[in-house]
Amino acid sequence: MLRLKNIDKTFCAGTPNEKILFTDFNLEIKEGEFVGVVGSNGSGKTTTLNIISGDIDIDNGEVILDDKNITKLPNYKRAKEIARVFQNPSMGTCSSMTIFENLSLADNKLKSYNLTKGLNIKAKDKYRTLLEQLGMGLENRLNDVVGTLSGGQRQAISIIMSTLIKPKLLLLDEHTAALDPKSSDTVMELTQKIVSEQKITTLMVTHNLRHAVQYGTRTVMMHDGNIILDVSGEKKANTTTDDYLKIFNEISIECGN
Amino acid sequence: MLNIIIGILEQGFIFAIMALGIYISYKILDFPDLSVDGTFPLGAAVSTALILKGVNPWICLVVAALSGALAGCLTGFFHVKLKIKDLLSGILTMTALYSINYRIAGSPNIFMMNEKTIFNLFTVPDSIRPYFPLIIIIVISLVAKILLDMYLKTKSGFLLKSAGDNAGLVVTLGENPGKIKIIGLAIGNGLVALAGAVNCQRVMQFDVSSGVGTLVMGLAAVIIGTSLFARAKWVKVTTSVVIGMILYKTCISLAISSGLRASDMNLVITTLFVITLVATEYSKRRKPHAQTKKY
Ligand SMILES: Nc1ncnc2c1ncn2[C@@H]1O[C@H](COP(=O)(O)OP(=O)(O)OP(=O)(O)O)[C@@H](O)[C@H]1O
Ligand SMILES: [Mg+2]
Repeated sequence: MLRLKNIDKTFCAGTPNEKILFTDFNLEIKEGEFVGVVGSNGSGKTTTLNIISGDIDIDNGEVILDDKNITKLPNYKRAKEIARVFQNPSMGTCSSMTIFENLSLADNKLKSYNLTKGLNIKAKDKYRTLLEQLGMGLENRLNDVVGTLSGGQRQAISIIMSTLIKPKLLLLDEHTAALDPKSSDTVMELTQKIVSEQKITTLMVTHNLRHAVQYGTRTVMMHDGNIILDVSGEKKANTTTDDYLKIFNEISIECGN
Repeated sequence: MLNIIIGILEQGFIFAIMALGIYISYKILDFPDLSVDGTFPLGAAVSTALILKGVNPWICLVVAALSGALAGCLTGFFHVKLKIKDLLSGILTMTALYSINYRIAGSPNIFMMNEKTIFNLFTVPDSIRPYFPLIIIIVISLVAKILLDMYLKTKSGFLLKSAGDNAGLVVTLGENPGKIKIIGLAIGNGLVALAGAVNCQRVMQFDVSSGVGTLVMGLAAVIIGTSLFARAKWVKVTTSVVIGMILYKTCISLAISSGLRASDMNLVITTLFVITLVATEYSKRRKPHAQTKKY
């Protein structure tokens, strides 16, 4: 459903800071896959997501979504089909608006943002039910400003918002990294639940190897702009966390750290 | 004494319309929009030119507001499409408007004598004559405030609020944040031009340089109002902006009556502005958990 074809990307070309990240990079994701992406710092995970979402330009290559070439499409147009949740909890919500306002805003995606009433009163019960499932008590705080919530609570709302209108593809960039271990697990459980219930094709970058392996149907390991490991199905079932760690440590030693 | 109070209220409510415009660009969009220094006199120029042609003064107000909205779009175009920095985009529009306003009005100064304005369109009984302009002004600014409140509750208004808070969120909603910014600047500058038009009909005078200091004055009112009522959740922010401008005009009036000259006003404005800015920063630091509301 998504294909990155022969991608070249160099940052700061022609300057002393030139950084050649991708040369002839390829990645294909199939309908319904939940891909966990792991890899060392600076290996190009975030950049991969940025290329897919259209937040950065590429030098060469193509981005293809459902047989449609979207390479030239600006980020906000791609966002109609590609949802994204960031590492920073404040990026997925509007902090000065209430939970109810935020959810109504997200619920209107793909429709016109016109001069009709902003609050979606009819969907209030639906929102309550969604929030109830989180077990965070947010169902009683619909009229609280999102800025008053904790990072974990905001991130949970971000995920609900990004999937309220089902996207074709969901991009998650270390979306649990800023949270404490318990919230991190809660948000991860929620992610898994939404993704499997709605059958959303998902690409999740994480530094938590356990999350990547446990929740993903496919695990991709990146290093220095290359995919050095890509397992799914039976092969994935036969790979243990220790195997991943071994490969990971090998490349880390290669780098001298 | 009563006359002084009426004068302060008239000025306060007229400039409150302008402050509402600046509230949109500065507070909601986080855009320090200097084009308002040009759109305030633009509204006055358009209104004066049309009044001299005999156009109905109410229609003049509408056209003036539209011209301001157009100028706001120009600033938005500079910033969003040509990628010029926000401050510079506003300065460019403001500079261009100086020439344009001159062209529209045909001269740097125009005094009106017996022309029809919204304040003398109907004859009113002598008993309420002294209050009549104030009543009209209050009605106009309240209508502007209420329309703005209503707009901010619409889907489009929600998107505008989120655009200033978190442009990335607008992108993830599949909407173009640049377009939203342009809409916001258009509404903001439309309000500022409307204020300029009402003001020139009230004082029966157009002055090409009457826009100097508009942004700073508006900002001062926005900051005074919003910081005074920061913790009063039941007061709408638009209401606190209006009150902020009235307080501001009261301060200025006190300053003048204490012997300062009109030409000292820019110095007073700047001083007042710095004081409020520092005071709000100080109170924020003292209460780090205080929840400042933005809308
Ligand atoms: N805007 C940029 N300008 C210059 N270099 C960049 C830019 N963005 C990324 N890079 C470089 O590209 C490489 C990959 O960065 P990227 O953010 O994709 O890594 P990552 O895999 O997400 O790392 P992390 O695990 O630390 O988040 C890094 O070497 C980084 O320095
Ligand atoms: Mg990253």
